[in-house]
Amino acid sequence: MADALNAAGIIAAIKQAGIRFIVALPDRTTTEGLLKPMMKDPDFQVVQVCKEDEGLSICAGLYSSGHRALLLMQYTGLLDSINALRGVAVECKNPVCMMVGLLGKEPGVPPTQSRRYGLRIVEPVLDAMEVSHELVETNRDIAKIGPAIEKSYADLAPVVLLIGVSPR
Amino acid sequence: MMKRDEFLKVLGEQRKDEVVVAVYSAAQEFIQIAPHPLNYTFTGAMGQGSSHALGLALGRPDKRVIVLDGDGSLLMNLGTLVTIGHAAPANFLHCLCSNGSYETNGSIPLPVNAKFSFTALALAAGYRNAYRITDLEEWRGRLPELLAEPGPVFVDLEMERGADYAEDFERLYNPVFRDAFRLALQKSR
Repeated sequence: MADALNAAGIIAAIKQAGIRFIVALPDRTTTEGLLKPMMKDPDFQVVQVCKEDEGLSICAGLYSSGHRALLLMQYTGLLDSINALRGVAVECKNPVCMMVGLLGKEPGVPPTQSRRYGLRIVEPVLDAMEVSHELVETNRDIAKIGPAIEKSYADLAPVVLLIGVSPR
Repeated sequence: MMKRDEFLKVLGEQRKDEVVVAVYSAAQEFIQIAPHPLNYTFTGAMGQGSSHALGLALGRPDKRVIVLDGDGSLLMNLGTLVTIGHAAPANFLHCLCSNGSYETNGSIPLPVNAKFSFTALALAAGYRNAYRITDLEEWRGRLPELLAEPGPVFVDLEMERGADYAEDFERLYNPVFRDAFRLALQKSR
């Protein structure tokens, strides 16, 4: 059996990337392993939002004020925020970094081959919007986090880090 | 009733180094009436102005952030009141340019009951204070205290369209101007 996805390793990678603001809605995949520890971590300021599109705009405002931020949410919230992703992140060229839990994804199965319709469409929707994305499902994938965030800020473009299993 | 451009002129006269986030008609007019390097109009999607402003206020707690929201816009993102009330930035002044309609989209009336109150919602959400102003001279007289009052503070300002101003949505959302804003804010300490 593969090792569990290491929550502490993900949090360390986020810190290493210079993220200090976490903007979040609870997500069943990431709340226990990531959000709850972040809310107790003095290195982070957590901003709780009522809806995910608010979070994209808060991240944009934080960028203009000189800070790096990460938006934590469930894939359903990402799908609900398509217009903000279009206007705020892509068209206004804001480096909005998102970590998105894939609730219900079958371990080891690519999202596009999931039995769940909502999961199958996430990556094709992002591809259609020309939004970069990475799947983080194994501990080897944690190494993708830092470079993806750096690229987002270098390109002034959003990035989505898809979390395939619950980090522990 | 206040004319929107007269309301904006008063703000432009009294504003010093505050960040002003503006949306739609107020944004189109304010950047022509009161150009300033700390004008932020890059909100990208309807309803998002106050959320951008919250990010700016949290990122720069030393700067007063004023948002010129629209009533139709705020209805599209009502949860923002709760988020702002919870985050409670002391440097946040939320001005609502209320005209009771979706002006940019053909002046269709808002779908609100006569009893509906934005100020009641703001207070219930946790804003420290909420006011309603309908008169230009009252706005002129109270603005200094509103700019000094610990926030978040909400002001519902009843107004109507004034003179005509050219619209340029590409200018509003242009990242080149956003980058200039970012540099100006960085230098403004």
